[in-house]
Amino acid sequence: MPASAASLAALRARIAHLEGGAQARAVLPFGIPMLDRRLPQGGLAVGCLHEVAGGGSAAVDGAAAAGFAAGIAARLPGQVLWCVTRADLFAPGLALAGLPPDRVIHVEAGDETSVLACMEEGLRHGGLAAVVAEVGRLPMTASRRLHLAAKASGTTGLVLRRWRRQADAADFGQPTAAMTRWRISELPSAPLPVPGLGRARWLVELIRARAGESVDLELEACDGTGHLGLPADVADRPAAAGGRHAYG
Amino acid sequence: MWPIDRLRRAGGTLTDKAPAEAAPLILTGRAGSRRIVTAACEGALALGLRPGMPVTKAQAMVPDLRVEPADPEADLAGLERLALWLMQRIAPVVAVDPPDGVVIDSTGADHLHGGEAAMLETVLGRLALSGITARLALADTWGAAHALARHGPDGALTIAQPGTLREALAPLPLAALRLGPATLAGLADLGFASIGDLLAVPRAPLTRRFGPEIARRLDQALGARGEPIDPLRPADLATARRAFAEPIGAAETIARYIGKLVRDLCRQLEARGLGARRLDLICWRVDSHAQPVRIGLAAPQRDPARLTRLLCDKITTIDPGFGIEIMSLTATIAEPLAPRQATSLLEPAVPDVSGLIDVLANRVGARAVYRLAPVASEVPERSVTRVAPLSEIAEGWPDHWPRPARLLPRPERIETMALLPDHPPAWIAWRGIRHRVARADGPERIFGEWWKREAEAQAVRDYFRIEDEAGRRFWIFRQGDGEDRATGSHDWFLHGVFG
Repeated sequence: MPASAASLAALRARIAHLEGGAQARAVLPFGIPMLDRRLPQGGLAVGCLHEVAGGGSAAVDGAAAAGFAAGIAARLPGQVLWCVTRADLFAPGLALAGLPPDRVIHVEAGDETSVLACMEEGLRHGGLAAVVAEVGRLPMTASRRLHLAAKASGTTGLVLRRWRRQADAADFGQPTAAMTRWRISELPSAPLPVPGLGRARWLVELIRARAGESVDLELEACDGTGHLGLPADVADRPAAAGGRHAYG
Repeated sequence: MWPIDRLRRAGGTLTDKAPAEAAPLILTGRAGSRRIVTAACEGALALGLRPGMPVTKAQAMVPDLRVEPADPEADLAGLERLALWLMQRIAPVVAVDPPDGVVIDSTGADHLHGGEAAMLETVLGRLALSGITARLALADTWGAAHALARHGPDGALTIAQPGTLREALAPLPLAALRLGPATLAGLADLGFASIGDLLAVPRAPLTRRFGPEIARRLDQALGARGEPIDPLRPADLATARRAFAEPIGAAETIARYIGKLVRDLCRQLEARGLGARRLDLICWRVDSHAQPVRIGLAAPQRDPARLTRLLCDKITTIDPGFGIEIMSLTATIAEPLAPRQATSLLEPAVPDVSGLIDVLANRVGARAVYRLAPVASEVPERSVTRVAPLSEIAEGWPDHWPRPARLLPRPERIETMALLPDHPPAWIAWRGIRHRVARADGPERIFGEWWKREAEAQAVRDYFRIEDEAGRRFWIFRQGDGEDRATGSHDWFLHGVFG
């Protein structure tokens, strides 16, 4: 029905105008139709703020979340600034997710306030592809500042939420100005016919997406170029087309 | 030790042998008609020789003694060169404290080195590499630092916490107070031995007998009286300076004059074809205290807007007191900077991140902004090193072995149950939580670096990747090959977490 498609497009344009972003934003598709369909314009908005956290006990070490963020940053062209308070990233591991050492500049700040300040500097600079910051608390005001800085320069901001204790992860429910909010938890990988470990498998939950829908999907971890994979058994399952369930 | 160190560094022949093997060395000078020892090396000190002892006595005690004439002028000149070297690397306000010291005002510069303790470690390490034995003390005042460095507790580093000067100085001998020899002898005759003894008695009788010098030195050491440091300034550095008829104090005014000074300085640098790597802004207050600010740059720069921005970020650290009457800006380290074409039609411009790196480095410290570069080592914690953020990295790590996203700062001991020699564990307990191992891969054997460290000649680590029932993946290793105790203790450790 072309008439309804045209009116839908006009409505979308009006909503976009109301939101202040009159021009069409660039997006970074994941290359997984089930996921991209849920995001506005079919991909992760570039030049915005996004939040990633680990699920369950992985909220403390945030290894899967770091891999997910590295995969997104790896697919954007340019340098990446990674701000931390605890320097426990293992650079060879990042390189395996598609971020070679000559693309990452690390900043080790003393506390979370300076991590956020460094992230804002990085976002305002405009010459970077992405800025990743590992913080526990992300107040609304700080996230608005970061989001506006990211919008002004077109640099993508990824806040990797990481807490000292698992109990603090309840903070993840608080509202922020981020465009999307992701939770990445590890799942048991598919058994191999021989002893050994296959590609890691994640439960990728899109908890919140502005102008999009929530979804959770079982996906394979980032490969050497930062791309997520669709597991063969999930791809063949007809019910998977809609995700396991959608909420939010 | 400075005259000895200087002589060793100056004469190539003296550095051939390690100090311990060389013959004991003393330097001699004259006191009236006597020839006395003015300095002695570690070997000579161990043999019982002391500065101040007659040369003939020293030669009688140690037969094969090397005797060299002392050269105080060369010592002082060398000390000035050392002070300049420290000024370029450590802090903007540095002065010579003869005969054997250098005084550094570290205000406004320690942030570049990651804090005061880290700064002292840096200084000590660099001096040791240059063959200079040094003792360092950090205190609120010049007098206290002078006393603690020379007469303080054993150990090369002393840091006096703010507000504890009185307690820190009390046990030190009177010689630490920079008093003349006649005054020291007189005080010793009266039975005073330590600074604490002087602090305990009323000052008026002392002043009547010895003059105002004792009270002045005590006040300087305790911070009751100011003691400005007259900083060393080499003549050929690019410097911009402005004196104010009316002292200034407001942040906006300071910012405006910083802008003017930076423009002056950039004009000078441009004429010489240089770019600044390190800038020192010194604000002289009306009470003749200096308020230094130092900024470092990752690459040579002479863009006024960028330099002004970096300096203005630091205005909050300037305490104007009753007003600033002179501001001077110096490019302490400048490097050649050729003009460059801004854009090219042939290739897309690569975004310049050096400005961002400067802003971040001056905010969190130059050491805290870095890239991680590969090192040719199989041992995981040694395979990564921090390099400067603008350095080129040729190639990455070999990518045929899986590596975790997070590596624990040090491997953590875990409890396991595993079949020896080469099976992964059936379960592990890490931080009090038990994980049943569902799948595993390994072992990946990593040998100790026997070519570098004697102790690792036989050491072996067997790494396994394991996945627990919930899907969490860990990187664990066993110390040793599982058969021979000489290769390791057979304890298990968790080293990393996969994503």
